[in-house]
Amino acid sequence: MKWIINFLTSSLGQKLIMSLTGLFLITFLLVHLIGNLQLLANDGGESFNVYAKFMTSNPLIKFTSYGLYSFILLHIVQGFVVAWNNRQSKGSRYAVAAKNTNWAASNMAILGTLILVFLLIHLYQFWFKMKLGWIAPVTIDGVEMSNLYATVSEAYRNIGFVIFYVISMIVVGLHLSHGFQSAFQSLGLNHKKYTPIIKGVGTAYSILIPLGFAIIPIWMYFVR
Amino acid sequence: MINLDPKIPKGELGEKWSQYRGTMNLVAPNNKRRIDIIVVGTGLAGASAAATLGELGYNVKAFTFHDSPRRAHSIAAQGGINAAKNYQNDGDSIYRLFYDTIKGGDYRSREANVHRLAEVSVNIIDQAVAQGVPLAREYGGLLANRSFGGVQVSRTFYAKGQTGQQLLLGAYSALSRQIALGNVTMYNRHEMVDLVKVDGKARGIITRNLLNGKLERHAAHCVVLATGGYGNVFYLSTNAMGCNVTAAWRAVHRGALMANPCYTQIHPTCIPQSGDYQSKLTLMSESLRNDGRVWVPNKVEDAEAIRKGSKTALDIPEADRDYYLERRYPAFGNLVPRDVASRAAKVACDEGKGVVSTGKAVYLDFASAIERYGKSAAHSKGIDNPGKDTVTKLGEEVIAAKYGNLFDMYVKITGEDPYKMPMKIYPAVHYTMGGLWVDYNLETNVPGLFALGECNFSDHGANRLGASALMQGLADGYFVIPYTIGQFLSKEIRTPKISDQTPEFEAAQNDSQARIDRLMNIGGEQSAESFHRKLGKIVWEYCGMSRTEEGLNKGRALIRDLRKEFYADLYVPGTSTEFNPELEKALRVADFLELGETLMVDALNRNESCGGHFRAEYASPEGEAARNDKDYTYVAAWEWNDTDPILHRENLEFENVELKTRSYK
Amino acid sequence: MKLTLKVWRQKSKDHSGSFENHTVEAHDHMSFLEMMDVLNERLVSEKKEPIAFAHDCREGICGTCNMVINGKPHGPLGGTTVCQLHMREFNDGDVIAIEPWRAKAFPVIKDLVVDRSSFDRIIQAGGYISVNTGQAQDANAIPIEKDTAAQAMDAATCIGCGACVAACPNASAMLFTSAKVNHLALLPQGQVESPRRVRAMVKQMDEEGFGACSNTGACEVECPKEISIENIAAMNRMYVSAVIGSQDEV
Repeated sequence: MKWIINFLTSSLGQKLIMSLTGLFLITFLLVHLIGNLQLLANDGGESFNVYAKFMTSNPLIKFTSYGLYSFILLHIVQGFVVAWNNRQSKGSRYAVAAKNTNWAASNMAILGTLILVFLLIHLYQFWFKMKLGWIAPVTIDGVEMSNLYATVSEAYRNIGFVIFYVISMIVVGLHLSHGFQSAFQSLGLNHKKYTPIIKGVGTAYSILIPLGFAIIPIWMYFVR
Repeated sequence: MINLDPKIPKGELGEKWSQYRGTMNLVAPNNKRRIDIIVVGTGLAGASAAATLGELGYNVKAFTFHDSPRRAHSIAAQGGINAAKNYQNDGDSIYRLFYDTIKGGDYRSREANVHRLAEVSVNIIDQAVAQGVPLAREYGGLLANRSFGGVQVSRTFYAKGQTGQQLLLGAYSALSRQIALGNVTMYNRHEMVDLVKVDGKARGIITRNLLNGKLERHAAHCVVLATGGYGNVFYLSTNAMGCNVTAAWRAVHRGALMANPCYTQIHPTCIPQSGDYQSKLTLMSESLRNDGRVWVPNKVEDAEAIRKGSKTALDIPEADRDYYLERRYPAFGNLVPRDVASRAAKVACDEGKGVVSTGKAVYLDFASAIERYGKSAAHSKGIDNPGKDTVTKLGEEVIAAKYGNLFDMYVKITGEDPYKMPMKIYPAVHYTMGGLWVDYNLETNVPGLFALGECNFSDHGANRLGASALMQGLADGYFVIPYTIGQFLSKEIRTPKISDQTPEFEAAQNDSQARIDRLMNIGGEQSAESFHRKLGKIVWEYCGMSRTEEGLNKGRALIRDLRKEFYADLYVPGTSTEFNPELEKALRVADFLELGETLMVDALNRNESCGGHFRAEYASPEGEAARNDKDYTYVAAWEWNDTDPILHRENLEFENVELKTRSYK
Repeated sequence: MKLTLKVWRQKSKDHSGSFENHTVEAHDHMSFLEMMDVLNERLVSEKKEPIAFAHDCREGICGTCNMVINGKPHGPLGGTTVCQLHMREFNDGDVIAIEPWRAKAFPVIKDLVVDRSSFDRIIQAGGYISVNTGQAQDANAIPIEKDTAAQAMDAATCIGCGACVAACPNASAMLFTSAKVNHLALLPQGQVESPRRVRAMVKQMDEEGFGACSNTGACEVECPKEISIENIAAMNRMYVSAVIGSQDEV
């Protein structure tokens, strides 16, 4: 079994881990956004709360969520390891910084760290409170459930939080703008004919998904 | 007089090599393991030899002064490599390649060597393809060929404009494999500074570790030199900055002979010099002459106007252009051999028709090729009556596909667009046919000392044909030395490991140290580089494209003076026990100064014009080179002597070809 | 034109380095290295130590020269080595910072000269086709599709200069390694030992201390031979299939 360890700790193996976990997180973002868009429904938060209940109680989703937690963790730990090793390999930097790559590509670790900070705050605000049952219940169709909607809309009444979320989404967008196509490159999918498509989809994805997320606090602050 | 026995095997020309190979002495595998071989130089010849000898089971030590074996200047060969494959079915054969090479060399090479070269040429291509050298291919997946100067068949294989690079990387990969297997020990950044002889046989070398200046002793049963040519004696040449004669010249100081040093090749298509700071000249592949037409203005006034900048090439109407190669040599036109093309350019410029401010350049024009290809491309695309712009556009695309990288290089260096304006070119020193004297076994007159590739004199006579240098380097390394070295080593199987703790090694190391100390302690004012530049100017002026007795005598005297000045006024910064490129240069220039003089002496001795050696006194009324077969059909091999180098002769016997006046008309 | 050069001076690997300022007069037609020659010539005449820099063929093919000019390996012009860079790319009064390749696997020998023997060792690990001299069949025995041969050629044009490593913020040698891996894998002659080769070369690359690829693409931007990172993708692919598909367990 030593070969598996050798494989996964090789420079290419480590990139493969980053790529696969990254792609999983990319997919998660889409699912997460689709669910969250229900916050915009004009029903006093009913559908969103039902959705939140479903997401926390369905055994299949629960099982998947453990996968998600471990992948997030793996992506973070592996990311730090790769970034640290790469710094060691480079040694010192040049006196003049050249523009031979885009900013996001060479600052993935910084972007990732910012996202981690966001993630911790974000999780504390909603997920953590929900898990510990700190959120006041509401009864919908005779079923009692956490009124996550109320917690969210209260949070988004604070302009500071709205700005924090919007900025965080820009950071996510930048991270995605490189991460999306990079994941495919690491998997070995680079082809004259298909790579432009992957890059196009990647750009669209890294704009639309964060935009979708960012609209929610803005909408809830200004419209609601 | 040393008896120079070329050791040519008996038999019919076409049978000599195969018979000889079949009857040569062999070294048994168990004995090979006990035999050490030193290979100096890792270009095409050295890398292929070291790899092959390693494969055979010898213990090989390979040396290069570069930081990696892959950097050798073989890498810069652009155009291609010849082989008598006859894949194009255009009448090529081993005999024809042999004949073309003998004729191209102006009947100053050894028949048997050249025929062997033509024979093994086909194996080289097979070997290269098997190693993964990506030679150009046709749509059917088979290998592509092109034609080259001096021949009428297409037998040149190529890999874009980077044939030398790809072939060297092939040899380098074979060498790397042997290094990994432990059969070859590689010494990078080690420069050979002396040859060590024990009981008259070459038994080792002294090297200088360029990183720390340490002198090291390396002993072996024999020594193979593959250290390239001496073109940098001219300072400005197409050679790399590091190319030098030191290893070969040190061997000459230990008794090896330098053969035909005056045979230097001036390549007709190089980018002209632009200023005094110029450090080297850049070659534009000869393959450009397949499509480019060489011309100068007919009228001197036009040329003057161009030099002043009041006119450009485009202002000269067709009728006022002199396509002098097509005019003088209708049969070969722009594809005449290098020596002929170079001299013709010099003649045109000497008449005052040069087209750059220095007066030293002619045009290489692609306009007609662009038009021709453009029309044919339009036709195959079904465009009837294409406009001029369409033709030009399509034509430029074809030219770009064929020579794109060369054109790009031209733009980078000159800042001019060769698609719109004709290229400006001028001849420059490119290759040296002369080199260490070797017999049929590639062994010098010093037993156990072998010389391969450009380092020896053997196959190109007085002029080398395009795409033949790669062929010779690889032939020597892959297919000749691995066999012929057995003739020497089979007698050495009882010789125990050579010790480097002998008085001979001690003496050689002390000699080297003394030479280094001498240079370090002069404490003068001038850099090695400035002496090199001065030497180059003298050699180019008096021993360049056209030589005269008077000039050569003068040049020789100037070089001797310069040598005195060198040892009186050289300044080498730093110390000898550290990484010191200035000291490396100084050691090389010291040897070039002696070689330069020998070059003049050889040119002075050869009272005829042949190939790359043109003596103005010996020319036909039309200005073509006039050989003197009666008196000079010999190899002039020089023994170094400070007062007067001593001549030794090997007479050339021609049994299979008739000596004719070379005509490309 | 008058230029100010900020040149990196470092006595050896064990000494620390710093920038040294020089002014130099240059002409349009000079190559960058000729400009350095002129400066060195002056330093020697002033009995100062000239700046050590690596160079050889001066026609862009040997891969010896290596300078980072204003943060860019081989300078501002794309697809060009330093030796082919000419001073017409600069303007009067420019300040030019000149540094060596920076990477742990390329220790500085002196000033701008670095040790790239790690590249040789990567090739020695497997960058070849195992064929002895004389074992080859006829060169035309195996036809190779023209485009495939051209793709192999494009990968094979690598000159081993190390600009990819120098450009990479991670000092990764993936472009160099993958160019050789892919060049040989594209050809039928090289496919046979491709799985073994890719594993061996990647292993050596990692042992030499090069960083991991984060797909910034800086390498292909700075590569003087414009080698594409498609080669890296191809190597990633080959590596995974070579590890998973092979019989041996290392």
